[in-house]
Amino acid sequence: MESFALKRIAAVASHLTPTAPPPQQQQALSMEATASAAAASVFDHLEQAPEDPILGITVAYNKDPHPGKVNLGVGAYRTEEGKPLILNVVRRAEERLLADRSKNKEYLPITGLADFNKRSAMLILGSDSPAVVEKRLVTAQCLSGTGSLRVGAEFLARHYGVKLVFLPTPTWGNHFKVFMNAGLAVKTYRYYDNKTRGLDYEGMLEDIGAAPSGSVILLHACAHNPTGVDPTPQQWEGIRQAIRNRGHLPFFDSAYQGFASGSLDKDALAVRTFVADGGECFIAQSFAKNMGLYGERVGALSIVSKSSGVATRVESQLKLVIRPMYSNPPIHGASIVALVLGDGDLFSEWTVELKGMADRIISMRHKLYDALRARGTPGDWTHILKQIGMFSFTGLNKEQVQFMTREYRIYMTLDGRISMAGLSLKTVPLLADAIHAAVTGAKA
Amino acid sequence: MASGLVRNGAKRFMSTAAAPASSVPAGARSGWWEAVQPAARDPILGVTEAFLADSDPKKVNVGVGAYRNDEGKPVVLECVRKAEQIIAGKQNMEYLPMGGLVKFNDLSVKLAYGDTAPVLEEKRVAAVQTLSGTGACRLFADFQKRFKPDSRIYIPVPTWANHHNIWRDARVEAHTFRYYKPSTRGLDFEGLMEDLKKAPEGSFVLLHACAHNPTGVDPTADQWKEMSQLFKSNGLFPFFDMAYQGFASGDTVRDAQAIRIFMEDGHQLACAQSFAKNMGLYGQRVGCLSVVCDNSQQAVNVKSQLQQIARPMYSNPPLHGAQIVTTVLSDPELKEQWYKEVKVMADRIIGMREALKSNLEKLGSSLPWKHITEQIGMFCYSGLTEDQVDRLTKEFHIYMTRNGRISMAGVTTGNVEYLANAIHEVTK
Repeated sequence: MESFALKRIAAVASHLTPTAPPPQQQQALSMEATASAAAASVFDHLEQAPEDPILGITVAYNKDPHPGKVNLGVGAYRTEEGKPLILNVVRRAEERLLADRSKNKEYLPITGLADFNKRSAMLILGSDSPAVVEKRLVTAQCLSGTGSLRVGAEFLARHYGVKLVFLPTPTWGNHFKVFMNAGLAVKTYRYYDNKTRGLDYEGMLEDIGAAPSGSVILLHACAHNPTGVDPTPQQWEGIRQAIRNRGHLPFFDSAYQGFASGSLDKDALAVRTFVADGGECFIAQSFAKNMGLYGERVGALSIVSKSSGVATRVESQLKLVIRPMYSNPPIHGASIVALVLGDGDLFSEWTVELKGMADRIISMRHKLYDALRARGTPGDWTHILKQIGMFSFTGLNKEQVQFMTREYRIYMTLDGRISMAGLSLKTVPLLADAIHAAVTGAKA
Repeated sequence: MASGLVRNGAKRFMSTAAAPASSVPAGARSGWWEAVQPAARDPILGVTEAFLADSDPKKVNVGVGAYRNDEGKPVVLECVRKAEQIIAGKQNMEYLPMGGLVKFNDLSVKLAYGDTAPVLEEKRVAAVQTLSGTGACRLFADFQKRFKPDSRIYIPVPTWANHHNIWRDARVEAHTFRYYKPSTRGLDFEGLMEDLKKAPEGSFVLLHACAHNPTGVDPTADQWKEMSQLFKSNGLFPFFDMAYQGFASGDTVRDAQAIRIFMEDGHQLACAQSFAKNMGLYGQRVGCLSVVCDNSQQAVNVKSQLQQIARPMYSNPPLHGAQIVTTVLSDPELKEQWYKEVKVMADRIIGMREALKSNLEKLGSSLPWKHITEQIGMFCYSGLTEDQVDRLTKEFHIYMTRNGRISMAGVTTGNVEYLANAIHEVTK
């Protein structure tokens, strides 16, 4: 595993089954005692798998009885009151769907809801994108960002000549297994510069240049997870040229469009400039954060190809990946997104709500920065302001994080990543105190 | 819809002409996907596509296995509508755990194994929410490959076509066993036992818990018991695909009898459950995979490993459908209503079987048709050949899969005569 691979924190979270509710009155076959002489299970040799490093944080947080605990682990948006948020437009879309008795729950096609696919693609590419206009595009609805990445990876493992993908260091922890389980080899390219807490641009270009020609290069479209460090437009241009010069295949992970800067178009700029040069690329989109649809698993995989004839064949092969995985995608979340994207009023309102979320996060960055300055916490904390999106890579190390969890009940991943979306005016002071204590080595 | 606002600096890249040659090397310009072949259409889902494209007013869709009422329309169950009203406006949409909604899993396994099943009270069952039945099978197949990499899967002939795709994509070595006997249009029990006796110890065997797809032919209770004994003596692992609990006979307990029989014999089996048909939740993708283990710690281990497979596939399963099922199954009134609605669906299908058979007999068909009413569940394995099926489609606009499988759920009082007539025409 790469060096930033996270071990779960000391708090043990076992997968407890819930207490059984009282037995129900129901006709049931009377059960004779099970044969006690049954052979041992064929799965006897299994060990318990470790907690997922990210999702395990929330598990540990939930188990903590301390009232002042703060969850800065998983990247789910929270309001100022610390509550999850269902967007107004989502509520309204759901109400419409519920009221429409003519709607049924039939299977979607294998590649999902056509209307959703079309609008998702236009959202990221722009409706006047050459890929859209020239029909060089295949879009399949998938299970959020994870599912889109996995289906794309499976397709590459079957049909692409270079079975090697390069991930930035660091990256979202789950990226590794997504590509590896699909059958691709995984390597990394330099990305985050520890010293500047910014982009290691030279290192990135060097590694891209050294990668075998035709490699798949995973790029975070905006709001890099976990660092929040994005290339500037000029740097994106340099990256684009480096990738095209080596004949690499760019695979964008777009999980925060609109959520990073507050502008849908601005956050899509990197993707659009790549598509505009006429080359091919993969794009995985998620509506988990920007539409708050997390648990409904809404996403899309788009493949931009050289010609429309290719697009048809690609789509047919995508179906062969999807069918034995889950047959067809879930209808609920995609219906909501299609409604919102397709209705002028809902869409406008969505952009306002989206900007509201992005602005609150940006304001939390400022508040945290100010609080650290006010405490005279040693170090340069401007990276908190420069980084973008849901996360900030604080630069805190594993020991400091464990200290903060133990003494201040701050739950965050061991790589020093905090979810800015989990902060509020109330909790900023606590976090600032915790960081200050951790950095200065003061005891609680 | 916001159009692509592009800053001037980037505008020069927005032209449709290819970028200057220096920035896109020749190798990249030829495209990477030229060698991609068009894949064959899915044999089942492709039928509905073709049906939808047909404009003939008499067309009949007895292809995909989705329930239709007597007007030929899809049905959303009333208990489901009520559940959705209850859910609406209340929940947040946070990520579920990787293993899905815990309460959903709890209720699912109670439905499959019985509320008071000892394995449940002893917490010996690892259960995770999955993407319907397909997702449950795939998760298990990947799990089998990971922890029993040299094991085989034995698949009945015939079976739902996607079963082969699933275990193939999981890279598990697949073998088959005889199941359907064309001459009787019933179970080839001798062939089944013979083939499974040859399976090496440690092999996994895929069994349809009830309402076998595509044949509708199920073993009797005695036959299940004999199979159970064979599995025990030969060390075979039973994997049940249960997609039609309640839908086959109208009785959820009766439809689970095969599983209960194996459980009584102490097997540690696994089960894939789907709520697509019996709760009409098709597109919501709601299912559950459960694995019976030695003890509760092992169940914890197994569940954690299943989650490790789910995480890089889709992270966590979708919320909405699981909330619906949980609401229905945990509310006594809604659950009662569900039982009634499932029975209505099962009874309508049984009625259509009788109608189709009697219509064919009335038409004077000399062929035997009793298998129509002896088979159970959504499908009837008619015995029609591929040529006969093609004629049905071309001449009569009747759509079914080319193996002669008729989805009885697509048969109505309005089309049963037309269907019988057409079948008679192509078989006389």
